[in-house]
Parts: sequence; C-alpha cells; structure tokens
Amino acid sequence: MNHLDRLEAEAIYIMREVAAECEKPVMLYSIGKDSSVMLHLAMKAFYPEKPPFPFLHVNTTWKFKEMIEFRDRRAKELGIEMLEYINEEGVRQGINPFDHGSAYTDIMKTQALKQALDKYGFTAAFGGGRRDEEKSRAKERLFSFRNSEHAWDPKNQRPEMWKCYNTEIHKGESIRVFPISNWTETDIWQYIKRENIPIVPLYFAAERPVVERDGQLILVDDDRLPLHPGEVPQMKMVRFRTLGCYPLSGGVESTATDIDGIIEETLSAAESERTSRIIDKDSGSASMEKRKREGYF
Amino acid sequence: MKELLKFITCGSVDDGKSTLIGHMLYDAKLLFADQQQSLIMDSKVGSRGGEIDYSLLLDGLMAEREQGITIDVAYRYFTTEHRSFIVADTPGHEEYTRNMAVGASFADLAVILIDASKGILVQTRRHARICAMMGIRHFVFALNKMDLVGYDQHRFEELSRDIRVLAAELDLQNIKVIPVSATEGDNVTTRSPNMPWYKDETLLEWLEQVDVSADQDEEGFVLPVQRVCRPDRTFRGFAGQIESGEVHTGDTLTVLPSQETASVQRLFHMDEETDCASAGMPVTICLDREVDVSRGSVLVQGTDLQMTGMFSATILWMDDEKLVEGKSYFLKLGTQKVPATVMKIDYRIDVNTGDHVPAKDIRKNEIARCEIAASRAIVFDAFEKHRTMGEFILIDRITNMTSACGTVLHPLRRSENLTWQELDITREIRAAGLNQKPKTLWFTGLSGAGKSTLANAIEKNLTLQGKHTMLLDGDNIRMGINNNLGFTERDRIENIRRVSEVAKLLNDAGLITLTAFISPYRADRRRAREIIGTDDFIEIYVSTPLEECEKRDVKGLYKKARSGDIPNFTGINSPYEAPENPEITIDTSKYSLEEAVDLLLKELEPYLA
Repeated sequence: MNHLDRLEAEAIYIMREVAAECEKPVMLYSIGKDSSVMLHLAMKAFYPEKPPFPFLHVNTTWKFKEMIEFRDRRAKELGIEMLEYINEEGVRQGINPFDHGSAYTDIMKTQALKQALDKYGFTAAFGGGRRDEEKSRAKERLFSFRNSEHAWDPKNQRPEMWKCYNTEIHKGESIRVFPISNWTETDIWQYIKRENIPIVPLYFAAERPVVERDGQLILVDDDRLPLHPGEVPQMKMVRFRTLGCYPLSGGVESTATDIDGIIEETLSAAESERTSRIIDKDSGSASMEKRKREGYF
Repeated sequence: MKELLKFITCGSVDDGKSTLIGHMLYDAKLLFADQQQSLIMDSKVGSRGGEIDYSLLLDGLMAEREQGITIDVAYRYFTTEHRSFIVADTPGHEEYTRNMAVGASFADLAVILIDASKGILVQTRRHARICAMMGIRHFVFALNKMDLVGYDQHRFEELSRDIRVLAAELDLQNIKVIPVSATEGDNVTTRSPNMPWYKDETLLEWLEQVDVSADQDEEGFVLPVQRVCRPDRTFRGFAGQIESGEVHTGDTLTVLPSQETASVQRLFHMDEETDCASAGMPVTICLDREVDVSRGSVLVQGTDLQMTGMFSATILWMDDEKLVEGKSYFLKLGTQKVPATVMKIDYRIDVNTGDHVPAKDIRKNEIARCEIAASRAIVFDAFEKHRTMGEFILIDRITNMTSACGTVLHPLRRSENLTWQELDITREIRAAGLNQKPKTLWFTGLSGAGKSTLANAIEKNLTLQGKHTMLLDGDNIRMGINNNLGFTERDRIENIRRVSEVAKLLNDAGLITLTAFISPYRADRRRAREIIGTDDFIEIYVSTPLEECEKRDVKGLYKKARSGDIPNFTGINSPYEAPENPEITIDTSKYSLEEAVDLLLKELEPYLA
C-alpha cells in the first residue's frame, strides 16, 4: 500500500470506530476541499450503506454563492441528510464580517457551531482539520475531547495509543474527531485527483471580479460587499486555496484551471494555505490555539 | 506514489530533538516561505540570541513556547524525492512520558537522540524501553552535539559500544548509530566536513532508504470486525481492516469466538467489489451463511488466536491516579471493549536497570508486568504474534481517562472446571484492599445466652480497629430476607442455609461477618461450615446455661414457651445440640460484658490477624 492508501485506510478505520462506538455522531461539512474528501471517505467507509450519521453545515450567511449551490447539489446526488444551522440571533443583530471583525467569527462560526451541536445533542463531530495546517493543530489528537463548554484542554490530552481509540465521555461532553489529521494539502489534492472527487469550482482559476484589499484579492460575490473609496472591481484570473466566508477568503492569481495545475502550484507553493485565511492574522502564531480553547473547530 | 515512513524522535530533555527535526526541514527546503519567515521572526526574541532556533518550528503550544520545552507530541509531514515522512517529535521530560509513548505507538522507526557530552541517561533508557514495548523494530541513535565534544571519533566509538550494550539488554534489532550536530547541521542532511572519519549515511539518507516492510509479516488472515453493515434485509456485511494476510472470495473463514465457519461470498475493498484483499485494507465481507458475527468478533484463516479471559501483560501506567490491584477498568483490545481487572501486579520494571521490583501499586510513567482478567473470554493473541490482537488500553470507568496501555505476553489458563465467575481470587483481592481476612464469626447458643450482645460489642470493637464488618442478627434476618419462614424444623434448616449463603457472599465482598442465631442443630452448623468454607468459619459457642438464660428472659420468650404459647422453643420443647469442637467457647454467666469481650477478642486474634 502506498502513502495515500495508508492515509485513506486510517481515516476509514476511524470513521467506522466512531459509527460503532459513539452514540450520536455528525460530520461537519464546510463545503471546502477537505470536506469533499471527508464526504467521499464516508461514502466509501460504509458502502453499500449510506453514512450512518447526518452532515452539518454551519452557515454564516456569508459563504460564496457557488458553495451553497454545490452543497445542495451534492446532498441531493448522494442522498445524504444535510443539516444547516444559522445563528439567527446573530443575523437579527446584523453581525457581519466588515463591522465586527473577530466577533463575527466567534458569533457566526464558533457560537453557531456550539449551538448546533447542543441543539441536536451530537456526542461526536467529525471535522476535516489537518495537522499540517497550523502549529497547535499539529499537537492535537485524532480524538479530541471537549468539555460541556466545548473547550479544549491542550495540556491534558488523553494518550492515544495505536488504533485503540478511547471514545468514552461523560454526559454533556463531546469528541471532535479528525480522520484526515495526517494528510497534507498535497495529499488532499492528489487524492481528489485519484478519486475524481467533485469540488466547488472556485478552487479552479477563472476570470472573476475582485478587489484588492490589504494585499488580498476579495471576490465581489454579491452586492453586500461595501466598496472602499477608490475600489473598483476588476476581472482577474484567480482561484481560492481555502473557501470560507467570501469577504474573509483571499484569492490568489493563478492559471491553474484543472487539478494537475493545482497540484503543480501546491507542490511549489511558497506560502502555506492559511496565509490566505484572514482569520489567523489576529494574534500571531498562538491565535488558533486560543480560538480552539474557546470552542472553535 | 511514494512509500510512507512514520518515525519519532525521542531522548532526554535538551538532547535537541525539536532542533534536529527543525533543522532537517529547513535544510531540505521543506518549509513554506511564511513558516520560514515566522521562524526567523520568532528566533529574534528567543534564547539563541538572533541565531535561528529550529525548535520553534515544532513547539506549537503556548505553554511550550513560554517554557521553552516540548510538552506534547507534534506531527510534521515532509516529502523528499524518495519517500513521504510523518515525524512525531516527542517530549523529553519524564513528566510527559505518556505523550512520548503516544508518538512511539504510531511509529515504524525511532530516532533516539543522545547528547554526546552526557552519554546514555535514564531517560534515554526509558524511551528506548518504551519504543521497544510499543513494537518499534528499527532504531537510529543520533549522537547529537558532536560539536561540543570536538567531533571526537573516540567519543563516538565509546558511545557506540554503550549503545550496543543497551540494545542487547533491550533486545533491540536494526540499530544504526549516526554522529550529528542538530544546531550546526552536521550529518543531518549533508555529510559533515567536521567528521571525515564517519563514512556512512547522513540521518536523512538513512531515513530515506531503511527498509521496514518486513515488519508487517504475521501468520494467517486476521480481520477484527468493526461493525456490521446492513443497509437492507438482503445485505449483511462485516466491515473491518485486514490486520494480516490475504482473503479471497470462496475462502473458508472461522468466526471467533463462536468458531463457526463460513465462506466468503462477496468481498468489498471499501466501495469496490473485488476477489482479493490484503493486509492494511479496509474491507467489507459477506459470508455464505448465517453465523454469529458482531462488533468484536474476529474473522480468521490459517492462524489460531487465544480465547480466554485472562492474560499476562506488560503495561505502561499513564494516569495520575495510581494503579491498584483489583480495580475494574474497561479493556479495549482490537474492536472489543469489556470490563476487566488488573488481578495481580507481578512486578515493576525499573526503567534504568531493567530489574524486577516487587510493587503493590504502579504510578504514572512506570512500567509493570501484571495479570489481567476480563469479565468474559475475549479474542486476543500475544503482541509479538499479532500486533493488533495484542495491544490494548485500560480506561478508567469513572474519569474515562486512558489509564494504561499494554501488550499481551501470553494467555493465563485456569483449571478446566473452574470458571471465572467463581471469583475466588477476586475475594482475596477485595480482602487485601480492605487489609483484613474475611471470616464468619458464627455465634451459637440458647436464646438469651448473650449472642447478639456479644456479637454487637465485638463488631463495634473491630470497627474501631479499622476492620470492615457486617452483623447478621436472627430477628432482623427473620423480618427481612427470611420473612416467609416459620419455626418448623424444615424452615429452621432453610433459615440457617440462607444465612450461611449471605455470610459467604459478605465474606466474598471482603467483610468480616458476624452471625447471631440460635442455630441449634449440629447438622445445620456443619452445612454452614461447608458453605462458608471451613477455614473461614469460626464457631463461637455461647455456653451460658439454660437456668441463667431463663432467669434473664430479656424478651419474655421463656415465659411464653413455658405456658405453651410458643411451640418448638429451643431448650424448652425443642433440643439444642451443643457444638462438639467449637473454635471458641464462652459462658457469659461467669464474666461481665467487658471481660467477656476482652476474652473473646484475645481468642479471635490468631484467626483475624
């Protein structure tokens, strides 16, 4: 078995363990490429059965339009249960990424996720986090425990030995499970290619209307994007390395219109992928750990 | 597509593990530009006075950067022209040994760092021992900080000899020793001009070429069932990962533990139907007939696995709470999870010397040899024969902590006619936990002889001594468990039989039991002795004469009996058969209560001590 086969087998083993041992699992689905790989793995892990758990998308209402279309199409094609959760209180208060900065991420993503998990009473949530994304994630176990406040205690992680995963929790606690922890961005792309996995077209370069803001290329996805004085949308060949909320996901100029082009770009990438995710720049290298202690995925 | 090598770096604090990996990534141009930029920025405020501090690449937790140490295992990923690598960088502090073990359980190869200026330390030995225990079969000893010993060849040779002694002691195979300097980069990715006497591979060269593929060869086909896949009534498949061997459609498999056999009708490698699958692959298997298979079952062919409830194991204790014999845990082995008890700690293994040290309890980061009993028979094997069937964890049933990990050495067989449910060892363990010998003190004598009074006083006294006791008193028992019994001879026999069984259960629970019943018949008391066990049955004959008892008549029963209101009253119209060989005899008419209690306690001492 080669490198990808071993990573695939590890992820599928974990998904089956969770389905067998955990009371009420859910798979978080963010519509990005990692989620596409996770969904694909889940379809394979339980074949010919459908995945024995629902999928959950926490919608901030600021996602790229193409993402939502893609989500609804895939759910229908595969016949899986796709739940959507929106923090309606946040919507009522008009929380948005322009005026509220990091509070926006907290309210519409972190708080919304906690609310959704509490609402349905999920005891285990699969996430597509990878250890190569960021330093504190590099230290996180495959099975990561959260107390009833959804907080992570990085200094006191349970030992995780061999494939003997301990899934025991108390009432109110939950587990975040990361089956593709050991994959790198290159692995993800090579697997998408090998398995021919559908992904949101935004990953491929195309002529798109963007504005340049703080060194990032922001897509003018709808008329909610307030244009600063002097900003004029211009058409550029861009693609997105990570997908989230469109005002927070910077595009990169690229000519990679297919998977091979992306893989070539990734292999020679000068910058790791989170650079284009504006969220991490708030407080330097320790920001993700802080966020996770507070319940961010 | 490249082959994958998973390895760990370990060794004592400050031996330079994080620095070594950081340097390797840096040299091999395996860093992204922004990571490199951030490294240079972070180093400016660090302890290396502006020089690049490569360890900052790996120590990702805030507490680690604050304290300048590695607390938890960090995983890094890199690819060279020849191989893909996952490296687990593990903490060197003894306090975080369990996190180091996490990394070791995941790896094919260990790079153990040794500070050339210090030599082999206790922590080096501990890590080497844990790596071996976790099943690692390939070792690289990186003699680091060669720059601090002037790149001295003699020092290298001296330490190489020490390493060979250690390797022989721990039975380590496939040893490679490489002299390096992690901070300066000697022999990390490029040959060092400072050590022209070293002609072998650099660390990275060695990691790129070492062959670990032979490790996976185990006997026969083994598939632990993870779950039953049942999308509809027509399909029933057993999903799991093949741990060893191959399977083909048409093969006859044996299901453990039921030992039924069936043939492979359909075989799926994930979502693709196929004719053949082999070790490491996730599969789903449909059999040609209805057999008893569920999660925890194991499908095998061409090999035997063990099926008993007890085995001997080496464990690494990882919980802040210490291990004590007799406590119940969840045992997770393969896809099975059952309650289990560490019955006996054979000994602790000194991490430094390897000596077997007698131990009553085991503390965090200690290694021990012990006997483990599952609550029912499970399917397993010795770790060295089938790794995944011999590796397990123990989970605390209250805190849910992963308290220990361990590997099976061999099964323990019990005599054929003795099943686990009979529990006589558990009784000893419970008693040991209470630090006492559970005996039944059986008081017998006429009504009013002073049985209950004495039993009560003795119980109070034992409790003050810290003993754990339970008193079964005639009247109380008759109002509860025996409230359906009268005073006919048949009911009296049944009364005593039930009391005997209850006394035995209480003894099994580790308690000293006191019973105060007239129990007038020799045959009944003999039966009680048989039920409770002759070694644990202490007959105390309260021999107060009838006249004295009748004179006391505390409950007014003799009066009623004399007037004919109570039929079959012992001593009046029903016989009392005095014991022939009681362990203790006492006549309460001759002593005050205090004197009688003192006397009795003295006589009981040899039985309870």
